[in-house]
Amino acid sequence: MTITIEYYLILSAFMFFVGVAGVLTRRNAIIVFMSIELMLNSANLTLVAFSSYLGNSIGQLFVFFVMTVAAAEAAVGLAIIIAIFRNKLTVNIDEINILKW
Amino acid sequence: MRELIYLTVVLPFVGFLINGIFGSKIKNEKLIGAIGSGVIGISFVIALGAFIETLGLPVEQRQKIVTLFSWMSVGNLDVSFSYQVDQLSLVMSLIVTGVGFLIHVYSIGYMHGDKSFWRFFTYLNLFIFAMMNLILADNFVLLFLGWEGVGLCSYLLIGFWYDRKFEKSTTSDAAKKAFVVNRIGDFGFLLGMFLIYMTFGSLNFNEVFSRAVSFDVSTATFGFIAIFLFIGATGKSAQIPLFVWLPDAMAGPTPVSALIHAATMVTAGVYMVARTSIIFASAPDILMVVAIIGALTAFFAATIGIVQNDIKKVLAYSTVSQLGYMFLAMGVGAFSAGIFHVMTHAFFKALLFLGAGSVIHAMHHEQDIQKYGGLKKYMPRTYLTFLVAALAISGIPPLSGFFSKDEILWYSYANGNLFFWILGAGTAMMTAFYMFRLYILTFEGTSRFGHDKHPHESPAVMTIPLIVLAVFAAIGGFIGIPEVFSGEHGNQFHNFLAPLFKDADRKLATYNMHSHFEEILLMVLSVAFAIGAIMFARYVYLKKPSIASNTAQKFKGLYNLLWNKYFVDEAYDTAVVNPILQTSRSFLWKIADNKIIDGVVNGTAKIIDVISINIRKLQTGVAQFYALVMMLGIVAAFFWIILSL
Repeated sequence: MTITIEYYLILSAFMFFVGVAGVLTRRNAIIVFMSIELMLNSANLTLVAFSSYLGNSIGQLFVFFVMTVAAAEAAVGLAIIIAIFRNKLTVNIDEINILKW
Repeated sequence: MRELIYLTVVLPFVGFLINGIFGSKIKNEKLIGAIGSGVIGISFVIALGAFIETLGLPVEQRQKIVTLFSWMSVGNLDVSFSYQVDQLSLVMSLIVTGVGFLIHVYSIGYMHGDKSFWRFFTYLNLFIFAMMNLILADNFVLLFLGWEGVGLCSYLLIGFWYDRKFEKSTTSDAAKKAFVVNRIGDFGFLLGMFLIYMTFGSLNFNEVFSRAVSFDVSTATFGFIAIFLFIGATGKSAQIPLFVWLPDAMAGPTPVSALIHAATMVTAGVYMVARTSIIFASAPDILMVVAIIGALTAFFAATIGIVQNDIKKVLAYSTVSQLGYMFLAMGVGAFSAGIFHVMTHAFFKALLFLGAGSVIHAMHHEQDIQKYGGLKKYMPRTYLTFLVAALAISGIPPLSGFFSKDEILWYSYANGNLFFWILGAGTAMMTAFYMFRLYILTFEGTSRFGHDKHPHESPAVMTIPLIVLAVFAAIGGFIGIPEVFSGEHGNQFHNFLAPLFKDADRKLATYNMHSHFEEILLMVLSVAFAIGAIMFARYVYLKKPSIASNTAQKFKGLYNLLWNKYFVDEAYDTAVVNPILQTSRSFLWKIADNKIIDGVVNGTAKIIDVISINIRKLQTGVAQFYALVMMLGIVAAFFWIILSL
């Protein structure tokens, strides 16, 4: 049995929705952050799968860029979370709701 | 020299810039005065050169157009800064730069020690610049630029001493009044311009006037154009019903009254009517209106002049009256006679004002002639020149006023009717009377001023312009000796200007059917009237001063009517000014502005405020809620795209 493109896509979609559910439901900012990484990686998986399927290396190339950006984003995001924790002594995002009228 | 004519416009502007920008830094009054007068003097020399050159040319080559640059060019409308050198504009340029130069020189003495000496010369130069544009323009738009420019300068100079009291208010109120009344006239002028453009498709003088002859245009259209232009002229030249600003304009320094409100700016309306003579000649009914307004203005202003006691007020009403003469001349189709009177009037009226300025200067700003008297031994030069001017304006031969005034009187009878002549001759009589009342109360008799006043003759810088003007006021009339005396050569001045008015003359078809006997008879009559009036004034004010006060007592009602200037100002206040003020205060301000306009603006803000208060509740600040909404949005968009495929 060969592993066709559909398997990859289904796995990727599953990972993506796990990520979405995590972002929408979890209270801890770190876990929300991890869920975002999960969504990014599901997108990476799709790119790699299609790259292999189409025999075109551009998709794989693109994944490297995404990973680089994700790493940078993780650094900035974690720094923000630390800064917020120092201020508010919590990283529960439902308690951080000052960004309103 | 004719192609250099643009310099007569540019040089005053240069003077304006120099004195305007550096004037406050230059502390030297002599230098400022030299720059201000010098540019006008050079302009005069150029205008004189152009005039002499034109005299040497055959008649058909005497018109020349000097184009500087294109101002605006939109569709069919092409307006450029181009100046027209012809007989009429040359005569006017010589008057403006010549008399203007003398008044500039005089001002150096008169304004000596004023804290804003430089500002005065800046405004004067700007005025000459605007006036030269008005005169030399070869199209209506450029003429209008000058027209508005002189109005602005008039405003600035009337309010020159903005911190001084004038009658019941301040000089700035007088300046505002002049400006607003002028604006009413300017509005008429604008409408006339629009109508000209609609009818003839051009605003260029030569094109409009040649089309006015050749195009088939109804008399009604000509009538509307003429009446609108004439409304403009009544504003600028202080005719009924818009003359009320000129007496108040005396709030300005006296040289300003001489230059702007006697010699030059107020004659702009006369010039404009002469320039557009073909349009007026095509609307004979309106020309009749011009004659009637002119004759009535001349007559009523003269009656007011008889009882006024302020030296400048008398001269102001005299100016209104003389301007009425000029419009009477225009109205009966004697265009060159009107321009002739513009010229002689510029000489003797400027001289009268400058003489009055010299007296006011000597009397420490006392302007009431009842507090003068016997000044002739203190200021002999002012006295002599003033006497020459008073004789000239009274029409005593052979001084200049005699020739121009009698020409107008003659044409008002020959081309008009006896009614005009009676009004004109009556005005001439009153003019002689009030001028000599003024002269006698000022210079003759016993002194009526206190010992605190030490009248003295003015410095040479002021008296020399007086003497020059007196020479011109005396001999200026000889260039226009009427045909009846000069024989076959005819009237030189008239012949010089005639080519410009030939189309208008042909349209009016005025045939001089009257005999020389009638002309001489009327002339003798009017001179006799003038001499009689002078003798009467001498008798009343020198021999029996009680007559004047007794007459005033006897005809108290009439005296009050004249003293209060027929209550025209009060009537305008009641009929126009106060209703507008009231409407502005009670409706336009408190309702239209405060309620309606503010209501709309504040209401818009309030509506947005209410909407925002409700909508902002969506913005909870919980990031996950935003993410949820975003996701739902994406899903919805996604489904919408799929379903619509």
